[in-house]
Formats: sequence, C-alpha cells, structure tokens
Amino acid sequence: MSHLPARSLRALAALGLLAALALAPGCARRDRPVESGNRDQILHRGLGHDLAGLDPHLATQAGDYDVLSALLEGLVAEDPVDLHPVPGVAERWEISADQLTYTFTLRANARWSNGDPVTATDFVQSWRRMLTPSLGADNAQLLFLLQGAQAFHQGQASFAQVGVVAPDAHTLRVTLEHPAPYFLAMLNHPAWFPVHLPTIQRYGDVADRANPWAEPGRFVGNGPFNLVSWRSGQEIVVTKSTTYWDAAQVRLQGIHFHAIDSVDAEERAFRAGQLHVTSALPPDKIATYRRDNPQFLRIDPLLATYFYRLNVTQPFLNDARVRRALALAVDREALVAKILRGGQRPAYAFTPPGTAGYTSAAALPTDFTGARRLLTEAGYPGGRGLPPFELLFNSSETHRVIAEAIQEMWRRELGIEVRLVNQELKGTLEARRAGHFQILRSVWNGDYVDPSSFLDIWRTGSGNNYTGWSSPAYDSLLFEAARTTDAARRDGLFQQAEALLLEDAPLIPIYHYTHVFLLQPSVQGWYPTLLDHHPYKQVWLQL
Amino acid sequence: MLRFIARRLLETIPVLLIVVTATFFMIRFVPGGPFTAEKAVSPEILRNLEAHYGLNQPLHRQYLSYLGSLLRGDLGPSFKYPNRTVNEIIADKLPVSLELGSLSLAVALLAGLPLGLLAALRRNTWLDYVCSSVSMIGLCVPTFVLGPLLVLACAIHFGWVNASGWYYPSDRILPCLTLGCVYAAYIARLTRGGMLEVLGQDYIRTARAKGASEARVVFHHALRGGLLPVVSFLGPAIAGILTGSFVIETIFQIPGLGREFVNSAFSRDYTLILGTVLLYAVFLVVLNLAVDIAQVWLNPRLKFE
Repeated sequence: MSHLPARSLRALAALGLLAALALAPGCARRDRPVESGNRDQILHRGLGHDLAGLDPHLATQAGDYDVLSALLEGLVAEDPVDLHPVPGVAERWEISADQLTYTFTLRANARWSNGDPVTATDFVQSWRRMLTPSLGADNAQLLFLLQGAQAFHQGQASFAQVGVVAPDAHTLRVTLEHPAPYFLAMLNHPAWFPVHLPTIQRYGDVADRANPWAEPGRFVGNGPFNLVSWRSGQEIVVTKSTTYWDAAQVRLQGIHFHAIDSVDAEERAFRAGQLHVTSALPPDKIATYRRDNPQFLRIDPLLATYFYRLNVTQPFLNDARVRRALALAVDREALVAKILRGGQRPAYAFTPPGTAGYTSAAALPTDFTGARRLLTEAGYPGGRGLPPFELLFNSSETHRVIAEAIQEMWRRELGIEVRLVNQELKGTLEARRAGHFQILRSVWNGDYVDPSSFLDIWRTGSGNNYTGWSSPAYDSLLFEAARTTDAARRDGLFQQAEALLLEDAPLIPIYHYTHVFLLQPSVQGWYPTLLDHHPYKQVWLQL
Repeated sequence: MLRFIARRLLETIPVLLIVVTATFFMIRFVPGGPFTAEKAVSPEILRNLEAHYGLNQPLHRQYLSYLGSLLRGDLGPSFKYPNRTVNEIIADKLPVSLELGSLSLAVALLAGLPLGLLAALRRNTWLDYVCSSVSMIGLCVPTFVLGPLLVLACAIHFGWVNASGWYYPSDRILPCLTLGCVYAAYIARLTRGGMLEVLGQDYIRTARAKGASEARVVFHHALRGGLLPVVSFLGPAIAGILTGSFVIETIFQIPGLGREFVNSAFSRDYTLILGTVLLYAVFLVVLNLAVDIAQVWLNPRLKFE
C-alpha cells in the first residue's frame, strides 16, 4: 500500500474545499421577487408552457391569451368579475333589431404603442389578415361568424363581400352571418385582436406566417402594457404603457411571465417566492395545500368538460343502448370526490351547468340498475356476448387512474371488460382523426361563454365530432337556434338538442374542470372566471 | 496525426448522412403531425399550412430539398415557432446548454477526480470507504431527486438562490451541482478503478524502486494511465452534457437545448428534431475523435493508425 506525504493529501483536500467554496452561495437572504414585486407593482405570473409566438392571429394555445391580453385590446374588454363585455377600443356600440349588424364607435384617444391612433381601418385590415388563407391561422374559423368570411377564406368571394366596413376612422360596422348573442364576448379572443399593419409590413408580407414582427423592439400593440423582452423558454417581460387610453386605471407597473413547463418546478418556484400566480398545481399537492396553506390555494370553475368519445361506427358501440349503459354506469361523484379531489363538478351533461344562464335539463345520471336493464334489452345481459372494449387515453397519471376506476365500475356493474391503452398525445389525436378507437378520453374547452361553443362540435360535418355520430334533427335544432333572436326560444332549442345528444350518447360526460392554482394573497382583483381571464387593468398588488 | 484526423472527419460524412436520413424518415412515420391539435384545424387551413411548409410535396422531394438546404447550412423553419428558424433556435439555446454543461463538467472533474484518487491511494481504509460510498450514492440518487432536494434546502428553506430560472449567476449553482454530482460519481469510480490497476503494475514498482517520490509516482507516472477509462467515458458524456440535459433543464427551468430536443419530438416539429439530432451527432463524432487523440497521447502503446 502506497502512502502519499501528508502535504499532497492536504493539497488535494484544499482543492476539494476550494471547489466547494467557489460554488457555495452567499449566505445573505435575498429579496424574493414576490416581495420586491409587491413593492414595485410587478406581477410574476407562471405561464406553463412558453408561447410559440406573440402574433395574436397565430395564437393557438390557451396560455397565449394570458400574455396577449396585456399587449393588445379588442373592441370590447371584459369585466373582471363575470367577464361581461365592457367598452374597450370601442367606447359604445349599437346592435340592430335583427341582431345582425353591430355599429361600433371607436374612442378617439385609443393609441398604438408607437403613438398612432387605433382606427376602424386597423380592425378591417386585421380581420382581413386573419382570414387570408396564406396566413394559415388555426382560428380563422372563429371569424366565419362574419358575413361572407368563410367564402372569402375559401377563395370564393372577395373581401369586399365580407361583413366588415369602416365608414370613417372611428366607426366600424360589422354584419354577421346569423344572430349571435355571444359575438361581443367572442371579440376578446386573440383571433379578433387588432394588429398594427404598417409594422408588420415593415418586416415582410402581411400574410406570411414567418413574418418576424412580433418580437421585442418591433412589436407594436394597443394594450395596457408594452413588450420589453422575451427570453424564449424563460420569461416575457411587459411594462405599463403610457400611450394606452386608460393608463390612469392601470396600477401594475409591469408583468413578468415565467415559462415553466413542469408543474412541480412551478410549485417550487412559488414556494421560493418567485411567483405571484402559478398556471396550475400538481393534483397530488392539493390535499397538502388545503390542510397546511389554504390561503394560497385557489380552485376556480373552468369552462371545460372531461368526457369520453364513443365511436358509433364500431360494432356493439353502434347500439345507442350499449352506449347509454356505459354512460349510466359511471359513478362520477366517486371519481370527483375520491380521485380528483380538486373541486371538480361531476358532469351529467356536456355543456357545463350555468353556461351563459343555460343548464341542461336532460342528463345522463349514475344509474347502475338502468344501465344493466339497457344492456339486457340490447341482448347482452350481464355483459355476456360483448367483446372487451378498448379505452384509449393520452399518457398521463390522472387519465390513467380515472380510466382504471371506470374500468372497474363497468366490470363490476355491467360485466363488461375494458382494455386500457395509452399513447402519447399526438398519437391519440391521430387515432381520433383516423377513427381508430372505440372509447377515447377527450376534453373540450369553450372558446366563449355560450352553450353553442359546446353543442356545435356534435353537428354533422363539425371538425371536432370524430365519433361518427350524426343526427339531422340535432343539426336543424342548432341551425334554428343560431338564427333566432329570442333568448328564451334559443335556450329551449339548445335544451332539445342536448337532450337528443344525451339520449343517443355518442359521449360519456365525466366531469367539468376546475382550475387549481396557487395565488399569493397580495394579488388583488384576481376573480374566479370561467375562462380563466383576469383583465390586468384591474389587478394590483397589496403590500 | 493530421492524416488520421482528416480521415476520421471524412468518415463522419456518411455517418451523418445516415443519421439525417434515418431520422427524417422515422419521424414521418410516427403518427400525428405538427398541426395535429386538440381542436381540429379546418381542412382548408391544413392545406394552407402544408403548402407553406412544403409538406404537400412527395416525401422524397421533401427529403432532397432538406438535404439541399442542409448543404447551405440552413436547418429550415421551425413548425412550432412560426417566425423562427431552427438555426435561430439553436443559436439561442445552445449557449445556455454549453454554459450549464461546462460548469457541470467542471464540478464533475473537480469533485470526481480527487475523490477517486483519494480512494485509490487509501485503498481499503475508512477514506476509501467514505469516497466510494459518496460516489455510490451519487450514482444511485437520480437528478430528479437530488435537484428538488437541493431546491428545497437552498432555495425554499434558506432563500439563498432562486428555485428555478437562469437569470443571475447564482442561478447556475444548483443545476450545475446537480448535474455535476452524477458525473462526478462516475468519474470518481472510474478514476479509482483506473488508478488501482495502474498502481499495481511493474513500471510503478520500478519507479518506486528507483526512489521516485510518492507524489511523482502518482502524478507523473500513474495518473496518465489511470485516467484512460475516465477519458473514454468523457467523450460521449461531454456530448450529452453539452447538448443539454432535459431533466435538469426541466427541474430548474433553464432555457437550454435539451428541453427543445425532447419537446420537439412531442410537438412533431420535424425540422427542429432533425436539427437537434444532427447537432448531437456532430458533437458525438467530434468528441469521440478527441477521445481517440487523447488516448494516444496518454497511452504510449497506442498509435494513430
């Protein structure tokens, strides 16, 4: 055994110590971002995934709105409590008796961040850009509500035939394809936001997806905040705008949006005082927060439904009695109370109850006896004669435990065997497109607060149906509802449509989502809203 | 030696071509495409998008045109980020991964080499057991456990550093320690093993017999040979560490290339997948070459052939 002189050993040890010291942090406790933010009115918001871009017309993710609504403002804005439309760029509007024509009067003091006035022509040109096919905007279909817009988008009409004109700089006249009580609320979607065309033109073709105008130093917006910097995968920084018409009302001096993919990392950042608001909370942490730190935990209702699609073109599932039996044999109360535990509401219909005052009277309740009777009627008493079904879901721990619970309910109550198959998200979406599934875990988020945002997807020819289910009676009820100006009649037509849908059961509603997240008590004006919108104008931080 | 390097570099061209070709076709046969989304995109919009990115062309033509732009050094537009090119994304993210990687590597070497040396020189003493246990623990504790533990202690409890982000110099500490520790453990074990083997050889006994000091024996005679296993490990390890670690970048919210690498596969961003795979392949090839050169330099029994 060799022996080194003590000197060399000491040198080695010293080297190690030096390395440790070089990396050791200073021991002083720093001012955490939340503390300095409260002092300086700088909000730190967790964003979840980073944005793909800041062009509002190319926005596709739910989180895009969180940033874009700080930088841009549409014709109308939202009330922070219940999101009803309040004046935005338009200071007032008139609606014709047939509810087809909207005349907006734009406020004279609305300004872009470069000082230019925001005019009616800006809106006309922005919507034209949104509808131009070469832009390839995913959400162009939202604008099909404008008269002639779909024909223009498909190249069958000129833009002159689209129902939007600017008689003068401060008047915008919009004609709709059919009456739509949700039109004003819908104007808050980024697809309807104005963009500053001269800026976009400076960096290339207006309708080129690759146009690099939406970058710090170039971006021109008309919202309460201006873009300062964007470190991709890290943070987007905006600061209070001085040109915004209502700047006097804006109390926040700036917002830092932190892109944190991992919900666990986001929760740690919150605990370390780096975030005022998180985008989500891992489900396994809900109970701990509820017990130890309820002051940070927020559970808000969300306009979204978790459901299973049933492929009605598949053998056995083409029998409505089998589908209904499956739907009746799901104990949603147990799922929500024992597994999810995040305040979710069990779903007995597709449209979340209370959506713009509408609650479906028809329901698919939990009724094991009724389910067994239906199966017997269909010729499969006790599940005999039914082959095992396949339930496909995208890989996620939550989807798995829900699927396992339902698998067990069906086995126990109906004698039906179900095989669980999981794939990565894009794989399940492709299976959905190709119709290669029997039962498929799905989600639907409403784009705007109206039953039509939910019921429309089950129309024949809707791109989001995917079940193969089609009902002329359902289609005509929705068609009629879209063309009636009488609110009570419209509600009645939706009731009939949803009853028909649930009777035929091409889907199994499971629960209505909640948005579970963490919020520092210093954040004021952050109300629970169905779309998770929080107009920054009314948000401020209490010391 | 120059001829050796030139020949090896020439050999990499077919390797890279195979990598690009295999990746190009494999990702096209994976179900789902870049525009597959939860909410359906209308058929006409899908057609516009495919036309914009040339996805409506036959596959072989897309492949040839990709190779063409590759020759010009253009990795193409990203599908996920509409107004960014893959070149821009790599230029933006690679420096972050390089910084994280080189600092972690420094941690790994500064901790791993002394630990391994001490263990080898004090074989079967308590010092050896301590060093070996520490490196065993380092090997067994995965980064996704060590990282959050460090965050809990240093960021949340003591408030010394941020829990995540890459804003201040102090934000480098936890991720580099976490990533460095794993590699340090490997390096310590390899160093110990390599040194033990070398220290038992005849030429070491000869050196001792001729009266060389213990320090001279260890650092001058033994270390060169003892580090050979470490050097062959470092080639692929450095390639991996420099092109970004998905786990570390996710735990600490670091805007590096590792996150893009993995996420591009999930979002089917074809060009970004190809770009990052190609970059990784280049790193791997170059570093393996560097390892070979280093081995010849360290081991007198090897020659450039």
